[in-house]
Amino acid sequence: MNSYAVVIIIIIYLAVLFYIAFLAEKKRQSKWVNNPYVYTLSLAVYCSAWTYYGSVGIAANSGIDFLPIYIGPVIAAPLWILLLRKIIRISKQHKISSIADFISLRYGNNRFLGALVTVICLFGTLPYISLQLKAVSETFGILSVDNNFIATTVIDDSTFYIALLLAIFAAFFGTQNTDASEKHKGIVATVALESMLKLVFFLAIGTYITFYLFDGTTDIYNKISVTDNFKELTSLGEIEEGFNWFFMIALSFMVIFLLPRQFQVSVLENNREKHLKKAVWLFPLYLLLFNIFVIFIAWAGKLTFGDTENAEYYTLLLPLEHGNMFLATLVFLGGFSAVISMVVVSTLALSTMVSNNLVIPYGFLDKFIKNQPERNSKYIKNIRRISIFTIIISAYFFYVLFSKALSLYSIGLISFVIISQLAPSFFIGLYWNRGSSKGAIIGMVVGFFIALYTLVLPFTLEAYLGTDDFRQYGLMGIEALKPYALFGIDFLSPPSHAFFWSMSLNLFCYLTFSLTSKGNYRERNYAEMFVDSKNFTNLQDSALVWKGEAYVADIKNVLARFLGDKKATRALNIFFTKYKLSQDTQLADARLINFSEKLLTGSIGSASAKILIASVVKEEQISLVEVLKILEESKENIVSNKVLLDKSNELSQLTSQLKAANEELISKDKQKDEFLDTVAHELKTPITGIRAATEVIMDDDDMPKEIKAQFLKNILQDSDRLGRLINNILDFEKLETGGLHLDMQEQDIQKTIVKAIASISQIAAKKEVQIINNNVHSFLLSYDEDRILQVLTNLLSNAIKFCERKTGKIHVDYKLGNQLIEISVADNGKGIPEEDFLYIFDKFYQSQDQNTRKPQGSGLGLAITKQIVEKHNGRIWAKKGIKNGATLVFTIPFN
Amino acid sequence: MTKKILIVDDEPNIVMSLEYTFKKQGFEVFIARDGSEALEILKHHTPNVILLDIMMPNVDGYQTLTFIKETESLKHIKVVFLTAKNKASDIEKGLSLGADKYLTKPFSVKKIVSEIQELVT
Repeated sequence: MNSYAVVIIIIIYLAVLFYIAFLAEKKRQSKWVNNPYVYTLSLAVYCSAWTYYGSVGIAANSGIDFLPIYIGPVIAAPLWILLLRKIIRISKQHKISSIADFISLRYGNNRFLGALVTVICLFGTLPYISLQLKAVSETFGILSVDNNFIATTVIDDSTFYIALLLAIFAAFFGTQNTDASEKHKGIVATVALESMLKLVFFLAIGTYITFYLFDGTTDIYNKISVTDNFKELTSLGEIEEGFNWFFMIALSFMVIFLLPRQFQVSVLENNREKHLKKAVWLFPLYLLLFNIFVIFIAWAGKLTFGDTENAEYYTLLLPLEHGNMFLATLVFLGGFSAVISMVVVSTLALSTMVSNNLVIPYGFLDKFIKNQPERNSKYIKNIRRISIFTIIISAYFFYVLFSKALSLYSIGLISFVIISQLAPSFFIGLYWNRGSSKGAIIGMVVGFFIALYTLVLPFTLEAYLGTDDFRQYGLMGIEALKPYALFGIDFLSPPSHAFFWSMSLNLFCYLTFSLTSKGNYRERNYAEMFVDSKNFTNLQDSALVWKGEAYVADIKNVLARFLGDKKATRALNIFFTKYKLSQDTQLADARLINFSEKLLTGSIGSASAKILIASVVKEEQISLVEVLKILEESKENIVSNKVLLDKSNELSQLTSQLKAANEELISKDKQKDEFLDTVAHELKTPITGIRAATEVIMDDDDMPKEIKAQFLKNILQDSDRLGRLINNILDFEKLETGGLHLDMQEQDIQKTIVKAIASISQIAAKKEVQIINNNVHSFLLSYDEDRILQVLTNLLSNAIKFCERKTGKIHVDYKLGNQLIEISVADNGKGIPEEDFLYIFDKFYQSQDQNTRKPQGSGLGLAITKQIVEKHNGRIWAKKGIKNGATLVFTIPFN
Repeated sequence: MTKKILIVDDEPNIVMSLEYTFKKQGFEVFIARDGSEALEILKHHTPNVILLDIMMPNVDGYQTLTFIKETESLKHIKVVFLTAKNKASDIEKGLSLGADKYLTKPFSVKKIVSEIQELVT
């Protein structure tokens, strides 16, 4: 194809990407941009040109060694639910904008550590980006047949212009906002699209080669299995190879978290935690799909070209060989997509690190303090833009100078090993609060230099000096210092070997120095917040331990320089409202300090934010003991809040109990009122009778004798009634308040019943009601005879009252039950209404509308009866289901 | 013309004192033991005044008064409550139902007579 045609295709493709990024930025809230699929696809930025082209190269030359790089992430994916979620939460809480920010914040906002991480990431990523440029350049060369040259100057190298275009893209969509912790929806959307395209195109070419050029997988296998070195390509080799595999899997496991571009998409660009749930299985599936055809493409290429072509580009060469330009172009675009996404995201992440952790804290802070807010925001953006260009251009020169001679695969692994130096302080720091900044710094530096010595130095020297003496004989000819066989360990592949030594010593230093040196208070403070992130989520701003003096006005000044006056005032107003502080508060507290630091972190990084705030604050050192005490108090606050909640629940329970008790009291009070009312009414009736009769007699001297006698008789009757009533009330009162003592004697119940019938027989005879005593047998048991007599008399007189004149019949009976005697009085009167069954034993209970119905009797009879029975530990009730009349039953237990 | 009075109360001793006194004062006296008996009497006789208790078995004083006041031929009859219920709320209820007077027990017989006399002349 004509190279101009390729250029036009590239430009059209980039324009489409620009447009999509633009759309996504414009519709930031749209479902198309915010869903778990976009999130998962953006994670596939992991599959760069290395995956797209390099895997086939490895598969062709050394068999299935390309696989460990994908097995690590697949193993890591299920852990995301725990690990990545924690990282995401901490990052969101602290407005973290890069992995350098993350690590430096964990170790107490350590400025040097942030810079160190940035440098390591630069070293790890620059060659990686140059690897991508190399892939673009080489595939461009392959595709444009007429222009198959290696540029001699920068000006006529198309790769340089592509790199520039990518830088413009990253700078445009990566620095829309000063706050780097803001999401970059445009970039993420294009990355997702590119991930989709590269997978689809790769699967397309795989299918084409396997099923069109060859007759399926079996065909390729049959053909390749008869070639010479087939066995090497398909077997795992000896135990040493096993070690290599193990280290490579461990390495890729780590870098899926640590690579700046992975941290960018998986943590910083994460919208919703729940998207993780889908990514956990979808991302491994993506990797699996990507690797399905790798081995067959490699074999097919080997069968077609032998060893004459660079195996890394079989995917392009095979369709070209068969004249399929269209498919070749698709493959090129797929590879180009892989490159763009990797380069753009990596540069974005790196530029944030460079500006927030290197440039700003080490040089621009003083300037910022003096500047106007608009200029500051412009400055910050410009620093990032310049960083982006610098990084990409540096990568380009790295490519021109070094990596032309190296394979994609080896550069990729060098990057991985360097980036993995962050692992100990990153992972262990998340779960071990003793991990200190000193340990982290020394571990990283040591690991980094070992990686340089064992991996970067040998090929650099070789490239420069043109001799492999260093590799062959070691530093100054010392056998133990051979870069690929340190201290005699010579059975590992160079990357595994470098990883093993750098990681071991890094880890060793990290642990040793963490154990021997205690960090300062700030460090312990943040360590606690990271490790125990759950506990401090609710504390938010107050989790920072801080002691010192600062004025709100000073802090506001600093904030205004970066956020502008309006935004700073609004932020402070929100803060004051949130913590219910007065708007004219003068002195700042720890919460405001932390709040302000967080506000600035997104713009200039945590280390710079700390320095800036510290510049207007007179901070006092706090001893570690104090820090721990304050942290402990914060925790206790949460606990005591919980206790408080429990207490308040308890209280509301008590309140409802009290309410119930109160209601009962009110009802009791009402009952008492009714009781008094009824008592008064009952007393008034005979008194009225007496008073009226007396008055009549007194005022009438001529009253006939017999009439006078009748009046006097009435007075006597009423007086008796009054006396009885008073006795009843006193009885009842005594029974109810428990003041009554029973005179328990062994008695014959039969005799007591007979006595009771006898005492009431006169009244019964008057109404011509018949009383029948059914059981004539004697039975001895212990009770207070006077009281039981009262019970029986009451029941009998009640029964007589409700019986009809002449036809009335009352049966008294008793039978023995389980350790008790059951006595019943049954009449054939009008009976008791069902609804009254429960209440007939209440004092003065007569019937529903007792207020206006005339009570028959004192109204206390059955209530007294009940009290007496219960005093004997017995029970009294009205029998249910009686057709005619009423049957009242009571029991007396034997003891 | 002889004045007629109907006394409605279930307490015979109280009724006896009232009956004796009013007869002596020249009233024609009718006696009922509860509301239903009173309404029975009212079918045949039209007293000038009714002395009505409230708490009685079967038909109580309120019901009796309500019936009287709702019946065209009876509603001109003066009704006086004579009851032991002396709470303010009871008195209010009694008067609001249309009673002409509300007298409470225990009472002075002379007072009752003078109140009734006042009402019927």
